[in-house]
Amino acid sequence: MKIGVVTFPGTLDDRDAARAVRHAGGESVALWHNDADLHGVDAVILPGGFSYGDYLRCGAISRFSPVMEPIIKAAQGGMPLLGICNGFQVLAEAHLIPGALTRNHELHFLCRDQKLTIENVNTAWTSSFKQGEEILIPLKNGEGAYMCDDETLAMLEGEGRIIARYVGENPNGSRNLIAGITNERGNIVGLMPHPEHAIDSLTGPSADGLGFFTSVLKAMVK
Amino acid sequence: MAKIVVDVMLKPEILDPQGKAVAAALPRLGFTFATDVRQGKRFEIEVDGDPTPAQLADVEKAAEKLLSNPVIENFTVRVEK
Repeated sequence: MKIGVVTFPGTLDDRDAARAVRHAGGESVALWHNDADLHGVDAVILPGGFSYGDYLRCGAISRFSPVMEPIIKAAQGGMPLLGICNGFQVLAEAHLIPGALTRNHELHFLCRDQKLTIENVNTAWTSSFKQGEEILIPLKNGEGAYMCDDETLAMLEGEGRIIARYVGENPNGSRNLIAGITNERGNIVGLMPHPEHAIDSLTGPSADGLGFFTSVLKAMVK
Repeated sequence: MAKIVVDVMLKPEILDPQGKAVAAALPRLGFTFATDVRQGKRFEIEVDGDPTPAQLADVEKAAEKLLSNPVIENFTVRVEK
């Protein structure tokens, strides 16, 4: 099972994402922003960082990178695609998922361990979790406030498309404490916190993040 | 030479924490006039000669596709002499 991890100029978390893939038992394949070839991967991760320096808007320029064209096409055909943090912003800019990520309501860059509840275990990236399971993984972002109009929010709530919610006080001003959402089909997931930094207790606050990567390996076997 | 100006603003219903921070800083400096501040972006685009209607139509398209995110932002296009 090959999982591609994209590196844009300014990406930071590609190595941890690749390590998480290997730790879960998959094969990681490095994908380059300027190479419009998916090299036969079965799924793709858009990792965190500051692609293109966050110029214009976070993710706005990466979204038009050559590698995004085949990724968007494959994801629209059902290929599992996970966007973490800056990757979530790229997914929103590409309109693969509804809404947008805006500046944290208190303006500060956040970096802390954050509790989440997993609220939808029927996606390609969350099937290893139990419904309502509480997990602890790092959250580090400056523009992580999930915004959408009331109609979209009602649709996401009604269709169970909010896959993870912050527990406790709202860290960044996201509507309805949204930490992650999925598309209608459940193959595309955008997540603001970082599961790739929590795959073993040696390097992370927990091993809770590993479930996202074992989930997609299971999804591809099916 | 004329230039094409695109102003991009967050939609009124979207929270603007940067504008709020500016609004909070003003009275600390003795400026008490503001009841609210919203912060946006301005793009100045230069073309050869006066902009043609076709160029302005293209700028509209570019503003919708790249310069703004229509999910959270509105934009206006105008020519400035």
